[in-house]
Amino acid sequence: MDKNKKPTFATVWLSGCSGCHMSFLDLDEALIEIANKVQLVYSPLIDIKEFPEQVTITLVEGAIANEEQLSMIKKVRTRTSILVALGDCAVTGNVTALRNTEIDGDKKVLKRAFIETSDINPQIPNEVSKLLKKVYPLHEKIPVDYYIPGCPPSPENILYFLTELLAEKSPQVEKRTKFG
Amino acid sequence: MRLADIQKIAEIEVDFQRAYKYRINVCCSSGCIPLGAINLLKTFQDLVTEHGVIENCLVARTGCVGTCSVGPVVVVEPGDYIYEKVTPEKARKIVIDHIILGLPVKKLLFENKTFIEKQHRLVLRNAGKIDPYRIEDYIASGGYSALVKCLTKLSPQEVIDEIAASGLRGRGGAGFPTAKKWSFVSRAHGSPKYIIANLDEGDPGVFANRTLAEADPHALIEGLLIAGYAIGAEKAFIYTRAEYPLAIDTLKKAINKASELNIIGKNVLGTSLNFDIEIRLGAGAFVAGEETAIIASVEGRRAMPRPRPPYPATAGLWGKPTVIQNVETLANIPLILQNGGAWFSKIGSPNCAGTKCFSITGKINNPGLIEVPMGITLREVIFDIGGGIPENRSLKAVLVGGPSGGCLPDILLDLPIDYESLKTAGAIMGSGGIVAIDDQSCLIDTAKFFIDFCVAESCGKCTPCRVGLVKIKEIFKKIMQGEGKIEDINLLSKLSTFITETSLCGLGQTAPNPVLTTLRYFKQEYVEHLVDRSCKADKCFKENKGVNIN
Amino acid sequence: MTNEPINLTIDNIKVTAKQDTTILEVAKQYGINIPTLCELEGLSSYSGCRLCLVEIRGSTKLFAACTTPVTSGMEITTNSDKLKEYRKITLSLLLSERTHICSVCVANGNCELQDLSNELGVDHVPFEREWTNHTLDSGHNFLVIDRNRCILCTRCIRVCQETEGAHTLDLKNRGKDAQITIDFDALWKNSSSCTSCRKCAKVCPTGAIYVDDDFISKTKDKNIANFLLKRRQL
Repeated sequence: MDKNKKPTFATVWLSGCSGCHMSFLDLDEALIEIANKVQLVYSPLIDIKEFPEQVTITLVEGAIANEEQLSMIKKVRTRTSILVALGDCAVTGNVTALRNTEIDGDKKVLKRAFIETSDINPQIPNEVSKLLKKVYPLHEKIPVDYYIPGCPPSPENILYFLTELLAEKSPQVEKRTKFG
Repeated sequence: MRLADIQKIAEIEVDFQRAYKYRINVCCSSGCIPLGAINLLKTFQDLVTEHGVIENCLVARTGCVGTCSVGPVVVVEPGDYIYEKVTPEKARKIVIDHIILGLPVKKLLFENKTFIEKQHRLVLRNAGKIDPYRIEDYIASGGYSALVKCLTKLSPQEVIDEIAASGLRGRGGAGFPTAKKWSFVSRAHGSPKYIIANLDEGDPGVFANRTLAEADPHALIEGLLIAGYAIGAEKAFIYTRAEYPLAIDTLKKAINKASELNIIGKNVLGTSLNFDIEIRLGAGAFVAGEETAIIASVEGRRAMPRPRPPYPATAGLWGKPTVIQNVETLANIPLILQNGGAWFSKIGSPNCAGTKCFSITGKINNPGLIEVPMGITLREVIFDIGGGIPENRSLKAVLVGGPSGGCLPDILLDLPIDYESLKTAGAIMGSGGIVAIDDQSCLIDTAKFFIDFCVAESCGKCTPCRVGLVKIKEIFKKIMQGEGKIEDINLLSKLSTFITETSLCGLGQTAPNPVLTTLRYFKQEYVEHLVDRSCKADKCFKENKGVNIN
Repeated sequence: MTNEPINLTIDNIKVTAKQDTTILEVAKQYGINIPTLCELEGLSSYSGCRLCLVEIRGSTKLFAACTTPVTSGMEITTNSDKLKEYRKITLSLLLSERTHICSVCVANGNCELQDLSNELGVDHVPFEREWTNHTLDSGHNFLVIDRNRCILCTRCIRVCQETEGAHTLDLKNRGKDAQITIDFDALWKNSSSCTSCRKCAKVCPTGAIYVDDDFISKTKDKNIANFLLKRRQL
């Protein structure tokens, strides 16, 4: 990392409940500290549409569930130096991947969400991105540099991880967190 | 019956057989029966009656001759003329020309001199020669004389010493010295002691033990009796699988006959030895060939291995000292006692005495059952005995040791076959399966085939074997679908080593061998699949992408 | 056999042990932690999970601490880099085998598989998951079995057979298809042998067998088998 320039920082939200982002926001006043050390360039929390060309650290929440997310994460990977799987969905697939236990799980979730539980005008929308046959944790599709399991990971662990990483140490977060 | 009566039976039988000028042996083993051997036997009997040579020619039902690819097989003695693919019409010709006129029918003969000459048949000495249903036939060929010798002249310790001098090692795969095993059990505290004969051949393409039991059941019984005498056991179990009906039937009849003659039972042949043999059937699981799994199965429990120690020699069947011995090992015992350990130790290679039965299959001209001296090279087995590769193709690899054996490349063809050499090369003796693989085969496909087998046969007890093998299978599936990555080579190698080192029993410990050896000797083929997406044998990349094959 | 104590070393610590004790028992006495999953005090050893493998100097093989008896002069290593890596692979294999989703599991926070993954540093599962979908058997009044969370450690089978004496539970099928089965493949509510003693739920290391409507932290009782064994010996 270039010492003179603040490292760029992004967060990405794929198929997840946004709980990991909430946990990140729960860093509370520590966010100010982090904000001083990085330059936030992309996040669902800010209004930038295109993922920048060169990002130092990207935290990714959520599993890969549709084609758009698959192409997105591939782009994020090529443009990111340190890619971090944040939370169980990104790390294991978690609840998002529960549909993998069903044959034709992709069709069944659509039917459940848009037909069976719909109050008015039930129909499967065709303008949303096509679901993949299966849901994948990040590392099954792209190389991942760090894993922070947890559903969600605690703010303390996210803070520990970022502080260590920004201090150019290699964080050993795996002993602090656990699945679930 | 008393000890001396064995000799009498032998004399009467020899006289009876000497009265015949010819003997027609019709192979009625599991290989030839589906090809009509039983009818053929009847045909020959009718023919000799019809042509009035019944006084002159004995027609006998026998076990396997070994040339299983050209069945039904008939052997005419004297001279051991092997007739191949015999039909009722050919039978008529054989009876008229050979038996009546004394002219062997050359064009019907199995012509492969090296197939016979390169073999050394000790265990299979009687296979195809005697009628397995007639104990007299076995006795006439010297059967039960070793037992008589033991009971009259040798102490149990002297029997063990004789086996020790022979250098005999367990034929079940691991090659543990037999005499050592027997001494452990003979010295072990605890009674009663047990013997289990392992006749649970589970490997695909392997049929040596079955053939032996079908062809010469009394050799097995005599081996058990001598072992029982040597270690002080009064009860033996023959553990086999329900899928071997002919072997079971043959053994049952042999045991009944031996009981009738008081060769087994209380006060064997009028001596103080009591010995009883019982057959136990398993449901047919590969893992049930593992010795601690056999114990569980004989006890009536699920055939799952348990950790050793304690070894069966100290705490085996129902916690008692137990010898578990492959049937091929047991069939060697009478011969060693008849001819002496020193005689036996000169056969085979220096640290590996004796012979070994192999089932040779795959892309080979003469598939079948053979018995060769230890130390023979793979080249001799494949090309001299096996007759080489059909359709002028070339040999690519040889899988030695069954599904958990190793795929050895043609550059290792001059490897001598013994326990140590095979282990160094990455293969195992296993139960004696040799599969020839020609240049039309894809080794990725072959390795996956054997992994699939072990996935299906894993008992499910330990994690590495139960889950690890499934992961290997999945990696293979991906490679064959064209979705593999070059890193998969390292992953396969790492997982295979892990499974080998951490699995509970021999199944898991050897299951990755086909993967490890193909990686070792045929890495280029993996690279071709992973980088060039090319399969020279055109076996892979046929599935549509995205379709889940199972 | 003599009753003289045996001297050996575990991780370079000199220890003394009684005859006929296992490596695991000795290590426990000296506070040396060897991870286990299938082993449970008071039950017979199973040696199935393969987490407790250790190295013994002079042998290239690995030995299961739960079943290998100590002998004089043994030099045992319980925590080499290789063992650590192998334990991570073993745990990853277990996690990938069935549908283990901690966040929605009844045993979340009270699970030995989850704890060990944390302790041994398994932060992701490098193998493709199987995503099994076995039917939940929740027909019993309060005992539930979810085979998707089962790691086949067979503690439940052993406690049912050895401690309770009911032998309601056993294994069926083999390899990856192996399953805990109730009587002859019955639904739990139809079992004629189950005494509803809950010991299976008490010893289950994961959330595979649990008591409905009970706090799992209250249900779990790893000491039950050993406690009963000791009391019955009095």
